[in-house]
Amino acid sequence: MSLLDYFKITKASSASVAKERLQILVAHERSFKNQPSYLPQLQKELIDVIKKYVNIEQDAITVRLEQDEHQETLEVNIVLPEKSR
Amino acid sequence: MTRIIVVTSGKGGVGKTTTSAAIAMGFAQKGHKTAVIDFDVGLRNLDLIMGCERRVVYDIVNVIYGEATLNQALIRDKHCEQLYILPASQTRDKDALSQEGVGQILEELAAKDFEYVVCDSPAGIEKGAHLAMYFADDAFVVTNPEVASVRDSDRMLGILSSKSRRAEQGLEPIKEYLLLTRYSPERVRIGEMLSVADVQDILSLHLLGVIPESKSVLTASNSGMPVILDEKSDAGQAYADIVARYLGEDKPHRFIEEKKGLFGKFFGSK
Repeated sequence: MSLLDYFKITKASSASVAKERLQILVAHERSFKNQPSYLPQLQKELIDVIKKYVNIEQDAITVRLEQDEHQETLEVNIVLPEKSR
Repeated sequence: MTRIIVVTSGKGGVGKTTTSAAIAMGFAQKGHKTAVIDFDVGLRNLDLIMGCERRVVYDIVNVIYGEATLNQALIRDKHCEQLYILPASQTRDKDALSQEGVGQILEELAAKDFEYVVCDSPAGIEKGAHLAMYFADDAFVVTNPEVASVRDSDRMLGILSSKSRRAEQGLEPIKEYLLLTRYSPERVRIGEMLSVADVQDILSLHLLGVIPESKSVLTASNSGMPVILDEKSDAGQAYADIVARYLGEDKPHRFIEEKKGLFGKFFGSK
């Protein structure tokens, strides 16, 4: 510990903010990169099927594949529209 | 055996051409027959950094289209006779390059006993950048300690591991190395800049070297001399270290810590 360290500013440095933002972003982008190439097509076909029964928007569905050491999970999330009165 | 090295980054302006010129000169100075190829068709600049812009007659596109032989297009460097430059075309656009054509040029260089071929990639992830990295054995990923550059480097790593010849043919993957350029230890200390460790944490890459922010890079490009020839400069020494390290010499990392003045010696830590 040097004399100068006592005068250092303690608030989060811009570099640590940058690191945190990058870590989140890069992890997010890598998760997309490793997805199998059939996912977009799967998502499109799922929308077509559901649309036969419920009127949903194109972006009302998210499909993602999660991997951990033991298993792969295909997560499909469909947001149904609020009931039209 | 010819080793093909791509100098890449995704983002522009981080120092790809400066790095390509410096390391190609470094290999050649060590006695290795080396070629450096500018893949930035339409916006060639390697010739300018290497100081051979007035000797360009033919370029890579002429060779691909059979308008000139490879021998006619290769420019022998005036400082080092082991070094040859293959310039990019200025008049054609990037679609003038073809995978087949580039592959043939690289095969011909191998047949001419070139030991190292340095491919200076254009910025972006379009055709020129794709072809620069496609045949590579090693990738030097040039990154600035700055958010956009780090993100683009990560994107580039994904492309290297999925779209290259080695990936497509199921060969051993491209060896990837981090070159952190424009580094300022002083700004890192006060928390204004990502540190070497931060960038390595994010990219998980083997660090080949750190090039400090240096005035010598601009003065070198002003006079068309690769910065590695300026042996007194910090950037020149950093590139010389990188070349030595890549060739298997054991060189401790420099330029990561601040140079301490008299004041720092009295008051700094350690």
